[in-house]
Amino acid sequence: MSFFKTQPKDLILLLCFAVVVLLAPILFAPIGAGYPDLLQKFAIFGIFALGFNILFGLTGYLSFGHAAFLGVGSYSAVWTFKLLSMNPLPAIIFATLVGGLFSALIGFISLRRTGIYFSILTLAFAQMSYNMAYSVLTPITNGETGLQLVQSDPRVLDVAFGRDYGAVLPSSDLFGIGMTGYPGYYFCGFMLILCFFLTLRIFRSPFGMMLRAVKSNQNRMNYTGLNTKPYALAAFVISGMYAGLAGGLLAVTDPLAGAERMQWTASGEVVLMTILGGSGTLLGPVIGAGAIKYFENIFSAFNDQILAQVYSFLPEILQQIMVAISSLFVGEGWHLTLGALFMIIVIFLPGGLMEGFKRLRNLISGKFGGGNGSGRATAPAE
Amino acid sequence: MKDMRISRRGLLQGTALLGAGLATPTIFSSKAWAAGYTNEPKGGTVTLGFNVPQTGAYADEGADELRAYQLAVDHINGEGDGGMLNTFSSKALGGNGINGKKVVFVTGDTQTKSDAARASAKRMIEKDGAIMITGGSSSGVAIAVQGLCQDAGVIFMAGLTHSNDTTGKDKRANGFRHFFNTEMSGAALGPVLKNAFGSDRTAYHLTADYTWGWSQEGSIKKYTEQLGWQTKAAVRTPLGAGDFSQYITPVLNSGADVLVLNHYGRDMVNSLSQAVQFGLRDKQVNGKDFAIVVPLYSRLMAQGAGENVKGIFGSTNWHWSLQDEGSKAFVKSFGQKYGFPPSQAAHTTYCQALLYADACQRAGTFMPSGVGAALEGFKFDGLGNGPTEYRAEDHQCFKDVLVVKGKENPSSKFDVLEVVEVTPRAQVEYPASLLGGELGPYNNGA
Amino acid sequence: MDAIALQVLNGLDKGGAYALIALGLTIIFGTLGVVNFAHGALFMLGAFCAVSVKALLSLEAVTLDPNKLTAWGTPMEIRVPYVETWFGEFGATLLNYSVPVSILVAIPMMLILGIAMERGLIRFFYKRPHAEQILVTFGLAIVLQEIIKGIFGANPIPQPAPEVAKGMIDFGILVGFDAGNVVYPAWRLIYFLFSVAIIGAVFSFLRFTSFGMVVRAGMADRETVGLLGIDIDRRFTIVFGIAAVVAGLAGAMYTPILSPDYHMGMDFLVLSFVVVVVGGMGSLGGAVAAGFLLGILQSFASMNEVKNILPGIDQIIIYLIAVVVLLVRPRGLMGRKGMMEH
Repeated sequence: MSFFKTQPKDLILLLCFAVVVLLAPILFAPIGAGYPDLLQKFAIFGIFALGFNILFGLTGYLSFGHAAFLGVGSYSAVWTFKLLSMNPLPAIIFATLVGGLFSALIGFISLRRTGIYFSILTLAFAQMSYNMAYSVLTPITNGETGLQLVQSDPRVLDVAFGRDYGAVLPSSDLFGIGMTGYPGYYFCGFMLILCFFLTLRIFRSPFGMMLRAVKSNQNRMNYTGLNTKPYALAAFVISGMYAGLAGGLLAVTDPLAGAERMQWTASGEVVLMTILGGSGTLLGPVIGAGAIKYFENIFSAFNDQILAQVYSFLPEILQQIMVAISSLFVGEGWHLTLGALFMIIVIFLPGGLMEGFKRLRNLISGKFGGGNGSGRATAPAE
Repeated sequence: MKDMRISRRGLLQGTALLGAGLATPTIFSSKAWAAGYTNEPKGGTVTLGFNVPQTGAYADEGADELRAYQLAVDHINGEGDGGMLNTFSSKALGGNGINGKKVVFVTGDTQTKSDAARASAKRMIEKDGAIMITGGSSSGVAIAVQGLCQDAGVIFMAGLTHSNDTTGKDKRANGFRHFFNTEMSGAALGPVLKNAFGSDRTAYHLTADYTWGWSQEGSIKKYTEQLGWQTKAAVRTPLGAGDFSQYITPVLNSGADVLVLNHYGRDMVNSLSQAVQFGLRDKQVNGKDFAIVVPLYSRLMAQGAGENVKGIFGSTNWHWSLQDEGSKAFVKSFGQKYGFPPSQAAHTTYCQALLYADACQRAGTFMPSGVGAALEGFKFDGLGNGPTEYRAEDHQCFKDVLVVKGKENPSSKFDVLEVVEVTPRAQVEYPASLLGGELGPYNNGA
Repeated sequence: MDAIALQVLNGLDKGGAYALIALGLTIIFGTLGVVNFAHGALFMLGAFCAVSVKALLSLEAVTLDPNKLTAWGTPMEIRVPYVETWFGEFGATLLNYSVPVSILVAIPMMLILGIAMERGLIRFFYKRPHAEQILVTFGLAIVLQEIIKGIFGANPIPQPAPEVAKGMIDFGILVGFDAGNVVYPAWRLIYFLFSVAIIGAVFSFLRFTSFGMVVRAGMADRETVGLLGIDIDRRFTIVFGIAAVVAGLAGAMYTPILSPDYHMGMDFLVLSFVVVVVGGMGSLGGAVAAGFLLGILQSFASMNEVKNILPGIDQIIIYLIAVVVLLVRPRGLMGRKGMMEH
């Protein structure tokens, strides 16, 4: 139904999104997330999840190998830094292209199957890439240590333009603006807004409608004489390019590319982000990505010392008890919280966090019964 | 969400960690800190960042590292019994923090993944204002975090990392390592192996297929071949293979009479247990007793292999049964607080924390270049390894290396290793140029 | 030749574990239509049944010896296992056989756990998309393994095989090799035989009992069986319990081969999915055949002779086979045509 909503509404959505991204350092500071590295991760994994959602949310193809595209994106970006220039633009262009090419190759083969078979095929390709990158391909990937910059890198374009980084290791910069810290975040944030805009257009386009049709019933589509595979492949490659871009941005903000980025657990993470936020929705994946990265970075950092301060208003005995209980879920127990969160979300909010927001909104505006009657409200909640 | 806000506020009040309010106009400059160096401590406290694996295969080692750090912070701040501060040859630290500032710390989870470790270290530097990062339980992570600290302009005191590259090919000026490396393991083990097994031996290597494994394989090969050993084969095994039987069976009839397991952590536990299961420890080949060697031992991990470690040779950085004053003081202090003896991971991280604090105190500053200058060439004693030197050329500690053997009759579950020989420092020393790499200049950040 | 025979044996014990896990996975998938990402965790829980049994049996009375001190200055503890105080010789034997004994504990434990899991969680997900099943069972797997980590720590905990099974058996002589060339650890051979026995038991249960008949009918066509007025749901609950028991037993008996730690389930999870797919979704025979086949091929790919020609092949062989099988024969080795192709 949201299909036919008018363009101005989307424009407002985009505008709000952009404002939130731009003001993120201030908005997220109260919850302890207002520092550059985490904000960069929000933006980068937001892009990754947005792209994944184009494939999974629209076509229903569940890929378990998207981390491989993120990984090759990172590797190609670092190689661009090493060979060409420390400017981030060529790096992310190459990362996106290589991500797209690699996904075209894998997508072309994997899309010969559907359903769980497709998932296992993508998983197999990604695991092969990971295992090779970790060991045999070490000359290209530098294996376990990860691909790093070294002072003696050729950087032919930089040399041609007479840039000399002196005795220190160079870091990526956009015409003189360093890509670490907040400028790095705004670079990623700008890319996120751009990607969000593109996703919005894809969602609203006839192509997007076609992809949804692939999801709803592929057989029927095929009976109409229409070959759905090119559409699915296009979605696969687009999402692969998003992943490549995200990988490139990871390398831009932090020029190191490690093989573990391609492991199946990393592929699983983007699936979780998308479903957690709400697959098939526009905003959901970005929110899901943010939630998981927030858990990983903030919850894992709580130790007993900090907890004791949190509960310092309580009497000593109570304080110790509360610290003991809470410490099961934070610090080294943050995985437990994450696992429990997955279960709670899927059990009670099948549409992800976005469905939660929708229900909340309905509740507030007094429209009861919207969505809790039919547990499977698949309608995209934008 | 509401809870989070309260807790965050508590954190702000309690530790005053957020150096500069992040919502200030400095947002648009790349570095919010305009002072002399990154995260220069301004108030009455100084923040250290303890970055250890809390999830994943090395979580227990990470937990032990955290315990040691907690102990070190207590001792530096003048709480507890002082531990190795009492035996440490440098007396600069007075039990009142560092440079008059009380030490506080933040923790993070490396997950034994480079990306996660860097993200965690960045949080400590960017958000919590950590002046130094330390910890870790694998070389890949150590090298990744060391590179990050160099870029950010803070000191990195490596935790448990054994690859040559950490202070070799990938060394950085801001990075320092107390732990030993594969080169030293090889040099220390070679002569001991020759004494124990003779010089007419044929070795078969199983090697974890990543940089540390290759590095370990290379140095053991180098030193044993010098002594007349032959190398039958060196087979690469995938990390985390679990069941190594398909790599072990070819050893059975290969004619080799020594098996070298260049594995660490879970891989070591599994491959060693399985090798023993396949009867290799009791086997006779070429009229000689078959031998198994584990170049890098970890007592925590050896516990996981149970009785399979009996009689197996290896090297280790430190062991709690050592009888020098420093080790005794540390074991006493750690054991009384936690009820069990510390691991080598705990020891090396405790030493690193103390060495850093001492260097800052002697330098009178926290500025990386100043601290580094105080550490370079620093000679000390009383930290459990005998006379030790932080070599200036590569920021690597040089000290005696322990060759150990799985104990035949352990008296407790912690008592699994016995020290066979303490290989003197002179024998394991090598020229810094051997491993290549460039330290580069110090980066003070800001 | 003996090298190949040894690798076949390697493949068989490895394949036994793959087959047992994949068997349960494919039963659950075939009957309930659920993609169970917590199946690896069930394997891990089974292994920790063995750990718990041993821990319980080796519970010790602690007395302090004031005359001796530990290295950190507290009185030395003298520990005596209760079973030895109480049962003497028999207690020591019990401790020696802790791994096989743990089977007796693992069966009821895993059955209860499996049924509780199905009733409490899985049954709400029968009609939900696979992605949501994956997410919820993955979440459950994380929760389970974090609980185990909280109790037992992260390091592997050794579980020795009984003394009699610690040695090697000269297997080669039995099949005509020269003595001493094909010797193999007894416990691994036992594990292989054990897995064959379990597989046989599950098959005959499904084939020769009326319960099994209904279940198989349900796997083939759930709706029709439901229309016949048979309460298929209750049976499926028990099927889930059985699958959990199979995974748990596979884990408990595997502990002497692989020291268990909290993460071992995840390591087997992806692999067992590959096994299921290669065998054919929902095909019991396929899962077993693929389990052994992949185990043996993985062993061969690890041989030096093969690795010298194709470096790194041992690390990707499983996935490579999966890709080839899926492209050439998408329903797997023994899958029915059209099964779960969408």
